[in-house]
Amino acid sequence: MLHISCPWCGPRAETEFRYGGEAHIARPQKPDELDDQQWADFLFMRTNTKGAFAERWYHSHGCRQWFNVIRNTVSHQILAVYKTDEKRPDFPIKGGV
Amino acid sequence: MTKYSIFTIARNALTGHKNWPRQWRSPEPAKDYEVIIVGGGGHGLATAYYLAKEHGVRNIAVLEKGWFGGGNTARNTTIVRSNYLWDESAAIYEKSLQLWEGLSQDINYNVMLSQRGVLNLAHSLGDVREGVRRVNANRLNGVDAEWLDAEAVKEFCPIINISKDARHPVLGATLQRRGGVARHDSVAWGFARAADSLGVDIIQNCEVTGIHQENGRVVGVETTKGTIKSKKIGLVAAGHSSVLAQMAGVRLPIDSHPLQALVSEPIKPVIDCVVMSGAVHVYVSQSDKGELVMGAGIDSYNSYAQRGSFHVIEHQLGACLELFPIFSRVRMMRSWGGIVDTCPDASPIIGKTPVEGLYVNAGWGTGGFKATPGSGWCFAHTLATEQPHPLNAPFSLDRFTTGALIDEHGAAGVAH
Repeated sequence: MLHISCPWCGPRAETEFRYGGEAHIARPQKPDELDDQQWADFLFMRTNTKGAFAERWYHSHGCRQWFNVIRNTVSHQILAVYKTDEKRPDFPIKGGV
Repeated sequence: MTKYSIFTIARNALTGHKNWPRQWRSPEPAKDYEVIIVGGGGHGLATAYYLAKEHGVRNIAVLEKGWFGGGNTARNTTIVRSNYLWDESAAIYEKSLQLWEGLSQDINYNVMLSQRGVLNLAHSLGDVREGVRRVNANRLNGVDAEWLDAEAVKEFCPIINISKDARHPVLGATLQRRGGVARHDSVAWGFARAADSLGVDIIQNCEVTGIHQENGRVVGVETTKGTIKSKKIGLVAAGHSSVLAQMAGVRLPIDSHPLQALVSEPIKPVIDCVVMSGAVHVYVSQSDKGELVMGAGIDSYNSYAQRGSFHVIEHQLGACLELFPIFSRVRMMRSWGGIVDTCPDASPIIGKTPVEGLYVNAGWGTGGFKATPGSGWCFAHTLATEQPHPLNAPFSLDRFTTGALIDEHGAAGVAH
């Protein structure tokens, strides 16, 4: 089980959280101007990174806040936790570590 | 290829089983192939086999980064069925089941298909309505399906607990009698041997590290065994599909997750069918060795590690004990995880990509094993003719642009 440090509550067990998938997928600024391909990119296409991956978590059984995590999807090591309005910390994407 | 039969067994018994020939070659890669298939799991090997057998393409390489059949082919719970809801899914999974039914003879390798019947349990009024609807949909599509009420479920699977006092009581189930299990390793080995005998080069320990393109079309792959040229490349890499597609600049609507399964210590025969419950969420069958084979939902997070979190296993065992209190003192022996490539609509992607000559067969997610022969058959057609077969045409990558999704979250039976 993952041990996730909520920015508000500190380290808690994974079972307190819900997963929110890939982070930093920006809502389109002008949705009425998007064509079908751009909608498909926004709604469905995913980076699915092998390595350092920015993802969203929701502390559903705690403070009920969303936040972002950078986690290595190969080792499951959590590299950084940051709030949604903070900039993504720079970690090189690297597989197999 | 030595044909396997009772006579070859007898002949080899006389010489102490010391003279069985190798089942396949281990060639070094050639410089150039007509078709390269990346990924030597069941689907990749089946693709190579049907390409050679049905379409006469012989100059094929299957590149496998580890050993073939070492990924999800060996990491699933071996369930085979075709009782999917929508017409498109019913057609392709039923084609697959029909291929399963003749597969041992076709590839001269016993895949140990056991059509013992698959129950999908209903635990609420909503489940019952969905189950009956699916039975009707299946029958309209020529897929065998029956609805059983709780007493009939108990008769079919006597150890199941249908008590009304259960927190989520069993109210009934769909039954597909032609569904069952098959021997996963045999499927990989059988397809490998059959493809090899038709001249396919199956190259293990050969990881693809890059995809070469010229003028918007593929011309070959870079591998740990050097550059290999081909104008037609099929990606059949399950959990690593996104990683490979990215090498060619293609984005896929896929997230990779761990899906865990586990087996108990071997016990005497106690359950002679497959029981699946999407609501309390576990699926159980018993292997020929006597182990109870179980699985349930994926781990929520993206991962390329072949392992998951323990609470996911705890949850599925809770569900198992709710259905089968008789298993309360059975000990679990092993658990493992595979990396499944989940699509937003729980349906696969089999077809072209925006890059000329690059094809993808991915997104089978939590339910790819049952589709192994059908998937290979359709993908072989697509690679050979450069057009999808009517069976896999609806499962194109551009359905995410057109919006013609095929939502099989219900029939997939595994939450994600």
